[in-house]
Amino acid sequence: MNANHYLYAAYIMTWAIHGTYLYNLARKAKRVRREIEKLKKPAIARSAPEQKS
Amino acid sequence: MNFLTVTRATLAKDIRLEWRSKDAINAMLFFSLLVVVIFSFAFDPTAEESRRIAGGLVWVAFLFAAIVALNQTWARELRNQVLDAYRVSPAPAIPLFLAKAVGNFIFVAALEALMTPLFIAFYRLRPLGPGWQLIPIAILGTWALVVNGTFFAAMSLRTRAREIMLPLLLFPLSIPALLGMVNSTTAILTGETSPAFWIALLVAYDVVFTTACLLLFETVLEAE
Amino acid sequence: MKRGFTILAVLTALLLSFSLYAALVLAPTEQTMGNVQRIFYYHVPSAWVAFQLFLINFVASVIYMIRRSTKADIVALVTAEVGVVFCTVVLITGPIWARPVWGIWWTWDLRLTLTLVLWLIYVSYLVLRRFSSSSQTPLLAAVLAIFGALDVPLVYFSIWFFRTQHPAPVIGGGGSLDPRMGWVLVSNWIAFMALAWLICWTRYQLEVAQRAVHEAEAMQSLMEGAR
Repeated sequence: MNANHYLYAAYIMTWAIHGTYLYNLARKAKRVRREIEKLKKPAIARSAPEQKS
Repeated sequence: MNFLTVTRATLAKDIRLEWRSKDAINAMLFFSLLVVVIFSFAFDPTAEESRRIAGGLVWVAFLFAAIVALNQTWARELRNQVLDAYRVSPAPAIPLFLAKAVGNFIFVAALEALMTPLFIAFYRLRPLGPGWQLIPIAILGTWALVVNGTFFAAMSLRTRAREIMLPLLLFPLSIPALLGMVNSTTAILTGETSPAFWIALLVAYDVVFTTACLLLFETVLEAE
Repeated sequence: MKRGFTILAVLTALLLSFSLYAALVLAPTEQTMGNVQRIFYYHVPSAWVAFQLFLINFVASVIYMIRRSTKADIVALVTAEVGVVFCTVVLITGPIWARPVWGIWWTWDLRLTLTLVLWLIYVSYLVLRRFSSSSQTPLLAAVLAIFGALDVPLVYFSIWFFRTQHPAPVIGGGGSLDPRMGWVLVSNWIAFMALAWLICWTRYQLEVAQRAVHEAEAMQSLMEGAR
């Protein structure tokens, strides 16, 4: 393998690693945003009607 | 109550209880024996090379045996809610930790004492350097594993996969101690270099982490 | 706050682009190793940034132990995670460099080995945080971080002595640095520091949001249960 290929591999791997982590952060952020939306809805709409005691 | 008295009493109680449940002890003794045999099959012990690798083999085998012993350190306390009682009482936690650590040390040392003659026999080991120095190395090395192991066993109590958590926490931090144990043992077996630096490293490791464990155990106990 | 973040993001992008250009084009070609040596400009700054992040983690852990401040705990978590990411970069680029230069994938070089051990310690730290279900997880993690910090000098000396007994190739070359290369190194270091700051900031906000959501959810189930 041409020596320059190692150079490119190293730089690409660096950004691949950072990219993977950032992608996971983005997914987590989306999940949190979804949960916030769920919390914003009023309680009646969120769950089945409660039994009146 | 005198600090030392409490430690000794707790230790004596532990030894008595362990001695009564000989099943667990026998199982661990057999496990240690198995480890030595498996290693002998895996790493062909022809005389000349064996001296070079034996240091590493022996200590890795001791490490596995120690993990098995350490994993059940707090099992009895957990079963009987003893730790909750400790948390509520004004009694200092240090004697409890010391008793556990010393108890583990005695137990692991016993396992090592069983495994060593087997290793000597299978690998035809004969130290070319000062053999008596292997005793302080064994003591320092075993204490290094046991003191941190007892501490991390306590830290792992409320974690999922408790049994795998202990080696996961223990192994990375034990690397300098492991280097010390293995290289000093190899130095004495091959007689080629001096183990002095490695023994000094082990002493430093033991002092640093014994202090840290004693200072922080109470915090960890409260945290569970 | 939002504006500060945007400014940092733009600055980071500029710094990274410039430093990349400097590393690949502006820096002089090394005599013996050729272009492969340019991996150096990513490998070494990543290591420096990782060590800086772990240092911040240590400080934050100590602060948490003394003050039990939630902010300190979140900073500790964030710097540990991002530190492990940068550390992974070091451990991957190191062997990629070693292979064409020395013909081997790994060497027990002092820096690389120390980085590996730090990586192991901090991965175990993250595993503890993930697997611990106690409400006192932050405290246990802080204790582990302190143990890790105590371990580092011991690791350093043990590997240093081991290397004097078993000399091995040194990643990154042992010799003095040509000043024409030095500024490129520093430039990449600053760029990666900015990137680390940006990522940590993002992760911090995410963690704050996540904890708030969990608290709100817990509050809600409490109130609904009481109804």
